[in-house]
Amino acid sequence: MICQECNQRPATLHFTNYSNGEKTELHLCEICAQEKGELFMMNNSPVFSINNLLAGLLNMEPAFTEQKKEAFDAEQVAKCPQCSMTFPQFVKVGRFGCATCYDAFREQLTPIVRRLHSGNSMHNGKIPKRIGSDLHLRKTIDQLKQNLKNLISAEEFEKAAETRDQIRELERKLSAGQEGGE
Amino acid sequence: MSLEKFINQAVSSWMSDDGPDSDIVLSSRIRFARNLDEYNFPTLFTNGEAEVVVGTIMERANNTSPATFGQLEMIKMGEIPPLQKRVLVEKHLISPNLAENSVHGAVLLSDNEEVSIMINEEDHIRIQCLFPGFQLSEALQAANEIDDWLEEYVNYAFDEKFGYLTSCPTNVGTGLRASVMMHLPGLVLTQQMNRIVPAINQLGLVVRGIYGEGSEALGNIFQISNQITLGKSEEDIVDDLKSVVSQIISQERSAREALAKTSNIQLEDRVFRSYGTLANSRIIETKEAARCLSDLRLGIDMGFIKNISKSILNELMILTQPGFLQQYAGGPLRPNERDIRRAALIRERLKMETKDESGG
Repeated sequence: MICQECNQRPATLHFTNYSNGEKTELHLCEICAQEKGELFMMNNSPVFSINNLLAGLLNMEPAFTEQKKEAFDAEQVAKCPQCSMTFPQFVKVGRFGCATCYDAFREQLTPIVRRLHSGNSMHNGKIPKRIGSDLHLRKTIDQLKQNLKNLISAEEFEKAAETRDQIRELERKLSAGQEGGE
Repeated sequence: MSLEKFINQAVSSWMSDDGPDSDIVLSSRIRFARNLDEYNFPTLFTNGEAEVVVGTIMERANNTSPATFGQLEMIKMGEIPPLQKRVLVEKHLISPNLAENSVHGAVLLSDNEEVSIMINEEDHIRIQCLFPGFQLSEALQAANEIDDWLEEYVNYAFDEKFGYLTSCPTNVGTGLRASVMMHLPGLVLTQQMNRIVPAINQLGLVVRGIYGEGSEALGNIFQISNQITLGKSEEDIVDDLKSVVSQIISQERSAREALAKTSNIQLEDRVFRSYGTLANSRIIETKEAARCLSDLRLGIDMGFIKNISKSILNELMILTQPGFLQQYAGGPLRPNERDIRRAALIRERLKMETKDESGG
């Protein structure tokens, strides 16, 4: 089947719309569907594209609605420091601009991610080998820092000094590893 | 070019019928979505960044190659004609999105076309492994090999909590989409699909038509894949899908048995009518061709038709798509011209098969 809009590309998206008891069918290629999607947005008509569906889902998110209100009130919009994408922009497009976005929008993101992945919000799969060794190191450092706090409050200063040196040593390793990885 | 030669060039290994459970599962696919740490994602990257991403992967492929799959061939989207891109889409080696919208898009292909690495699609890197029949674990193993091979050389965008970072949050975590393509005429004919699809959805899996999102189930072919990519390990995701697919396979087999018992003659009639249509029609649309090919395939699986190998049906499902028809014709064709060409190609191909049989 050929796309109804451009009559050139094959229709890969098929929509059926019921309004006032009338059935209309729409057969579009991805490009025309995207263009239509934009149009639908402007006309406030039914919206079909995946991104728009995702946007709908994101809009339901209370964290975001609050964010939006706040944004309008105080013009404080969460913005990615790397690619400058704002959270409302992300909601509209349904795609992130860069890896740092995940950090920038971490708070708003967790409930959304949970909703998309059946309640899961923590990665439980493969870890890249190179990052994996760093990860291990960082976790050890965190643990030692916790120990250090405990030792200081217990006034065991000698042991605390040892732990501090251990932390420094590991941090040196971590930064050396990162430079080596470049 | 003779049809035989054209087919030999056109057919990828996933279309062959020697995979496990190939009477029902046409192919198994694993896809990993990956991004490079340093550059903006394709939604926002500059032309310069896009070029660097292609260059980085190209350098990797020029200097080494993955052990099992050997040297990979790089095809840049900007350097091949639209028709050739279409053919790659129809072979499921690249997505329509890469063919039409990508900035500096490219693909790396293994010799047997089991591995395809798309560059600058929705994510910087999309590793795809496509195997014939029901071989999800094998495909996962292959994808892991490619992934490790790339990772030795590039820094992936990765987060402890969210895992592999992707453009769209629906892929985050493992970045893994596992899917199988299944031929389910028995379940369709016995009207069980309406019952099965919601059950599959409840298990966190998605059922789609053959050309993915939003497309219809052409010729009783359904694609079943995981929806959740975060929180479960790659192996668990694949095992969950495997167990559901195994159940569908056995349900399809019992549906076919039931059909053979209760309405064998009706089924045989349907199969031979479709065979007749394929062998004799002069004009045939994609939809009708797909329906008849599905019947013919069922007829072969059930033993009504003995002199045709079912792999030609996998082939014909692909070869009768508009891109391939035009490639074979050597130029663009209007839709009605395609319907005529399609009918001719199917007739010729079926004749070739029966000739082989009598000759051999």
